[in-house]
Parts: sequence; C-alpha cells; structure tokens
Amino acid sequence: MMAGFEPQIIAFCCNWCTYAAADLAGTSRMHYPPNVRIVRVMCSGMVDPIYVLKAFEGGVDGILVAGCHLTDCHYIDGPVKCDETVNKLREVLHVLGLEDKRLRREMVAASEGVLFAQVINEMVEDLKKLGPSPFKAKTEALA
Amino acid sequence: MEEIRTGVYICHCGLTIAGVVNVEELTEYAESLPNVVVSREYRYMCSDPGQDLIKKDIKELGLNRVVVASCSPRMHEPTFRKTVEDGGLNPYLYEHANIREHCSWVHDDKELATKKSKDLVRAAVKRVFHHESLVTREIPLNPNVLVIGGGIAGMQAALDIADGHNKVYLVERDPSIGGHMAQLDRTFPTLDCSECILTPKMGDVGHHPFIELLTYSEVEEVSGSIGDFKVKVRKKARHIDESKCIGCNLCEEKCPWKTDSEFEAGMAKRKAVYIPFAQAIPNIAVVDADLCAYIQSDGKKCGACIKLCDAGAITPETLLKQTDEIVELEVGTIIVATGYDQFDPSVIPQYGYKKYDNVLTGLEFERITCAAGPTEGKIVTKDGRPVESIGIVHCVGSRDENYHEYCSRVCCMYGLKYAHLSKEMANADVYEFYIDMRCFGEGYEEFYKRLSEEGVNFVRGKVARITDEAQTDEEQGKLIVVSEDTLLGKMIRVPVDMVILCSALEARSDAENVGKVFNINRRADGFFLERHVKLDPVATPTDGVYIAGCCEAPRDIPDTVAQAEAAAGKALSLISKGTVTLEAAISTVDEAICHGCGRCEEICAFSAPNVVTKNGTLVSSVNEALCKGCGSCAVVCPTGAIAIKHFTQDEILAQVSALTEA
Ligand SMILES: Cc1cc2nc3c(=O)[nH]c(=O)nc-3n(C[C@H](O)[C@H](O)[C@H](O)COP(=O)(O)OP(=O)(O)OC[C@H]3O[C@@H](n4cnc5c(N)ncnc54)[C@H](O)[C@@H]3O)c2cc1C
Repeated sequence: MMAGFEPQIIAFCCNWCTYAAADLAGTSRMHYPPNVRIVRVMCSGMVDPIYVLKAFEGGVDGILVAGCHLTDCHYIDGPVKCDETVNKLREVLHVLGLEDKRLRREMVAASEGVLFAQVINEMVEDLKKLGPSPFKAKTEALA
Repeated sequence: MEEIRTGVYICHCGLTIAGVVNVEELTEYAESLPNVVVSREYRYMCSDPGQDLIKKDIKELGLNRVVVASCSPRMHEPTFRKTVEDGGLNPYLYEHANIREHCSWVHDDKELATKKSKDLVRAAVKRVFHHESLVTREIPLNPNVLVIGGGIAGMQAALDIADGHNKVYLVERDPSIGGHMAQLDRTFPTLDCSECILTPKMGDVGHHPFIELLTYSEVEEVSGSIGDFKVKVRKKARHIDESKCIGCNLCEEKCPWKTDSEFEAGMAKRKAVYIPFAQAIPNIAVVDADLCAYIQSDGKKCGACIKLCDAGAITPETLLKQTDEIVELEVGTIIVATGYDQFDPSVIPQYGYKKYDNVLTGLEFERITCAAGPTEGKIVTKDGRPVESIGIVHCVGSRDENYHEYCSRVCCMYGLKYAHLSKEMANADVYEFYIDMRCFGEGYEEFYKRLSEEGVNFVRGKVARITDEAQTDEEQGKLIVVSEDTLLGKMIRVPVDMVILCSALEARSDAENVGKVFNINRRADGFFLERHVKLDPVATPTDGVYIAGCCEAPRDIPDTVAQAEAAAGKALSLISKGTVTLEAAISTVDEAICHGCGRCEEICAFSAPNVVTKNGTLVSSVNEALCKGCGSCAVVCPTGAIAIKHFTQDEILAQVSALTEA
C-alpha cells in the first residue's frame, strides 16, 4: 500500500499470561517489529469496548486483545467474557467501516513468548497490506 | 485538587537498556511532559542509591507521583512501590514503564526503540496523573498447609512444616506414600540403598502428630485464595475398614485374582486385594474394585478375603457398600509435589521396547537389582539366564527433537549406576552408549571417573536401533545394539544379553488437569511453570501455591529435597507472619449512580457483588474479601457505577490516548 507505512498497534494484554509471554519474548531476546505498545490489564475480560473504540478513534491502525487460554484464567472465565466483548466490538467496527483484521483476539499463555512475537509479526504484515486506518486520515484532517 | 508533581526515573539497567535506548534523550523528553517536575537517569534504579534518588526527591521536591521506566513491572513494580512508600507516599501513586523486556530486549533499531520508550513513558506519566491512594487489607492466614504428592519432595516439605508444629494435610493418590524413590534400588553417586534412607522418613510422616495423611486420595476442587483456601479431596474407597486392618497380608496371599504390580513396574504380579509393597505407609490393604470378583459379581463369587480376615477389616459391607468419601479441608498455603512420569520408550519402535523381552526401562532394572524385587536382586534375562553383557542407552526420549528437547538430568547418572551394578553383581561386559556425559552434581564426576577405571566400555554416539537379527555367529541369540560411534567415525554392532533404556522423565500425563485445579501454568515442555526461573523458583503466579520436586522439572533426589525444603520455607514464612496482605485493586461502587440492575452480580465468577437495599433503593455492594479485581463487572455495568481501583476507565483511557498521540 503506502510506501514506508508503519502501522501503529496497541495491545491489551492480561497480566498473568500474555503480558508474561511478552516478557518471556524479551528475556529470550526474540525480535519483533517495534510497532506495538502494550497496555497491561489484569484480565482480558477487563477490556472495556470503550478502550478499543477510543484507541481507534485516536488513529491506531490495529488492536490486539490478548490473554490467557480458556483453561488458564486466573479469574475462572475471563477469556469467555473477553470473547463476548470482542464479538460485540466486531459488529460495531463493521458498521464503522473498519476492516475485521484491525482487531485481533488471541490467547497467548505465559510460556508462549514465541507465539506473542509471531502474532505481532503477522499483525504488522497484515496491517501494512491494509494501509493506515481510515480513522487516522479523519483524525489528522480534524487536527 | 492538589497540584500533581511527578518524578520520572529512567534506568539504564547497565547496558541492557542504555545500549539500545538513548536514555539521555528519553530523560530530557520526560522532563517536557505535563506535571513532570523532575526526570533523572541512573545506571541501576533498583540499587539502593537508585532508590534513594526517588526517596530524596519525594521529600525535597514534594513529588506526589512517581514513574520508573526500567524492566518488567512483574520484576520490580513491588520494589519501587516499596521505595515510594518508604519515601512517604502511598505505594499506588506509582506507575511502571517496561522499556526492557518490551523494548530494548526485543528491538535493535535505536531510534525506533527510543521513540517507543518515549511513548511508554508518556503513557505512564498520563496514567499516574489519575492514580489514587489505596489501602491494602490484611486478613489472617490459616496456618494449615496442604501438600499434594507423597514422593520424597512432598514428604520432605510436610516434615519440615510439621516439625514446626503446624498442621499438614498430605494427599497422595496411590495407596502408599513413597513415590518413585520407593521403587529405586540404590541411589547414585553414593549407592546407598534407597529403601534404607527413605523408609525411616516414610515412617516419620506416617506417625507425625502434625501430619494427617490422606492416601488413595485426590484433590478435586480448590477455591478461595492465599491464606484461606477451601479444598475438596476425594478419598477413594479402599473397600476395607482402615481402622481394623493390621497389615497381616493374609488376604493378599489367598486372593486368586492377579494383575501387573505397579510398584514392581510390571515385572511381577499383585493381587486384587494388596499392600503395594512391604514398607508401605500406611501399611494397610486396598481392594482393586475393577479386578475383585466379589465386587464385580455383586457378592456372588469368591469372597476368600472376607473369610480369612480375622481382624474383620474386610466384610461384605466394606466390599459392596463402601463408597468414595469427599473430605473438605481449609488451608492457608498449598505445596504441589506431584512428580514425574517415566517416558514410554515403546513410542520409539526402533528400540524394540515391549517387542524384545530383555529391553528394559530404568525403573524395571531398578526392580531387578533390588534384593526384594522379582528376581531377588539377580541380574538375569526374562527366561532366567545369567546376563553376560549389557548395553545401556542414554537419552531415550530426551535431548531428542522428536520427543523431548530438554535433558532429563538424572539419566547419565543412573546409567552409570547400572554400569557399576552390572559389573559388581553380574560381572557383565558393559557398553554405555551416550551422546554427552553430564555428571554435574557433588561427587558425580568422580563417580564417572571411577567407572572408567572399572573397565566399562563407553561408546559415544546415538543408538540407531536394537534388533535380534543376527549377522554373525557371535550375534546369534543376542540383542544387537546398532549405533554410531562418533569417536571411531563409523557404525558399530554390539551384541548383548540385555539392554537398558535410560528413559526421559516427563511431565505427568494429567499435569494439565492438576495445573487447572491449582491454577498453575505449564511450560511448553509440560512441567509446571515457576514464578521466576532464577529468583522465585518454587513460587507460582498464584499466591500461596508452591511447587517442589520433579513436577517442576526433572531433577535428582538432592535437588528435589532442597526444593521441597525451599517450598516449606515459603509456607513457614507466611505462617510466621500470620496474615496476608490482599490486593487493594478491587471493585468499588459509586452508589450515587448505581441502579441496582444486578448485571455485576450475574457476571462475577466469585459472587463478590450483591444487590442490596440501602436507604430504600437497590444498589450493588461488593464483598471485598471475595473480589479478585478481574474487572468484568466494570465492563458490563451500564451506568459506569462500578470501577476497579487502579484500573479505572480514567486511568486506562489516559494511557490509551497518550499512546495514540504518537
Ligand atoms: C530410573 C530412575 C532412576 C533414578 N535414580 C536416581 C538416583 O539413583 N539418585 C537420585 O538422586 N535420583 C534418581 N532418580 C530421580 C528420582 O526418582 C527423583 O529425583 C525423585 O523421585 C523425585 O521425587 P518427587 O517427589 O518430585 O516425585 P515422585 O517420586 O514422582 O513423587 C510424586 C508423588 O506424587 C503422587 N501424585 C502424583 N500426582 C498426584 C495427584 N494428582 N494427587 C496426589 N498425589 C499425586 C505420586 O503418586 C507420587 O507418590 C531416578 C529416576 C529414574 C527414572
């Protein structure tokens, strides 16, 4: 798409699994592109739709919502609740005209540093193909 | 509102951060952010002088917010919260930016890494603006401890804790405690008899006034949290009256129904009613209900044991009516010591395990050399011939990408132990097929050297296959070990009478389930994951739950015991403090805007919020002892009345919008 376009990604990661997986990717010195900024939440089920919508409104190109696998949850069933939030969000994003691939939902366990790096790599690639978020242009025009 | 005065501290972490991130530029940038009064960089912020910088600034510059950008908050957030508290602020007026694990360790482009660090610091500064002082709560800790698994790890931990006069419940799945160590004959490198060092400990556990043993039992459910766990244990029906059985073993002698003995690694039979081994603790019988004809025929067949049992421990009632019992326990801490499984080498078909009678695993050979074992300690083939030559194959299932990548740590040493025993007991020719010899422990290298002098043949190379297809007269009637010899640089064929496979230690087949019950994660290799591999090796991410022994990774007995004592130490330190500090970051309800709709009550997995009537209106009220701070209630609340302290919408949105400001 755009030459030199570097997508901006925000990742909401649960404290117990995916945040720890990102730490593990670090301690294992696995390299992945610097396009992602992680926001720590206690549980993926804590991610409020408003956080995702505000981030898109602010112009980010992609969002990752990631936490424990269904069976690893520190709070019993957080991932189920997170899935519900994400499914509802997908409908809203559809109406807003945002491509499905801009919101990614993953379960990454504390031991899966490799998977975390892989997910970020894939997202950056996917988002490069999609180009900047249509909201980015709007936000910039308003500014 | 008071003026917000923030201090930002950038850690170099030696060169691990400063080598990638331009810390001077970052510090200067931080100083330009709103409400930042001071910004400093330092080589090691976590060191005492680093922490002193913060404390001094709080006092002298009147800081009321602090941000440190360094390693993961999972590593040092607690450290700096404490610093801030020592400096006179509430510990929650602190925010941590992770510029090491999430930045300098995963990126190498200095410019982009510096830019990312600036974003993370900006987000932290904007977030901390909204932080509020929170109060932690202290609850009493139940001093009782639950230990799962009665192997050497679980027994040692239980004894350490009970010796301090604290109550321990020791839950063992098998009918007797002892674990794998009870099956071993002699232990490397000292070759002392396993039974001689283990059985006194088993006795101590069995008789200890502070240990309550629940054998033939498994934990089904754990609820609650550190200090206050509620545990349901299924005590399986033994089908005998435990209080009457005197362990005379007459029932077993006369019982006509046989199956492979688990204790003898399938090398001998046991009966449908049995005591697993001579030194079992408790020394009482158990009935295998699936095998017992009386139980299976609903009392129509057999019943020999009933007639023989003078003690009245086995009766038609115990056999037909006794059912599993659910025991409920309350404990403050839990130690999981469930051990390992031996890798089943029959999944490597070229090694011929189960195909050839005289290809054995380590545990099977342990039973052969044991004087109380099926061959009375004679090293003989399945059909009773003396063994003149033995091949010992290392790394079966470990250090092998197709099975387990890791090294099982004990196999080299037990392989060497078998070499020595084969020489000593059978004067056999011994061939050790190894890849690398790993003799790392105290006295281990010396043991290896001693064996080299005893005339053991060491062949360096991976065994390709084991076959009985002879190519020469000399190979007739033998097992032939076909191996590479990397020192000679060619393939060799070695005919032997018996082959021992040094099989890997692997995670228990039910580790996933056990992990779920106790909320312990597992590594990719299946073993339980510790909180920190170097600095917190027996803790798990679940507070109050510890791990010890081979359930965490393969290890020898000395290391297992050390780890068990470490886990016991953790529990004892909690007990001596007597209380637990609970997280302050839990939900809170703004009663002014709550409608009492009950969505929070519906979604909560811990039943923390409840809709109650206050002053004639319905509002939600949160039970602080039950709330874990997961935040699901805040997501579903239609009015925004319920919020999670320290993870409020204001705080997270400030962070998010700071990140979109790129
Ligand atoms: C062939 C062989 C030879 C060896 N020789 C030596 C040697 O000479 N010297 C040496 O230092 N080390 C040796 N080792 C290693 C030694 O066996 C281990 O270090 C030691 O046994 C580990 O003890 P553990 O308590 O962690 O595990 P285990 O011995 O496996 O004990 C775990 C216990 O937990 C119980 N359990 C499991 N799951 C549950 C559950 N869900 N609920 C309740 N209970 C449960 C089990 O029944 C068992 O009793 C050898 C290992 C092998 C395979």
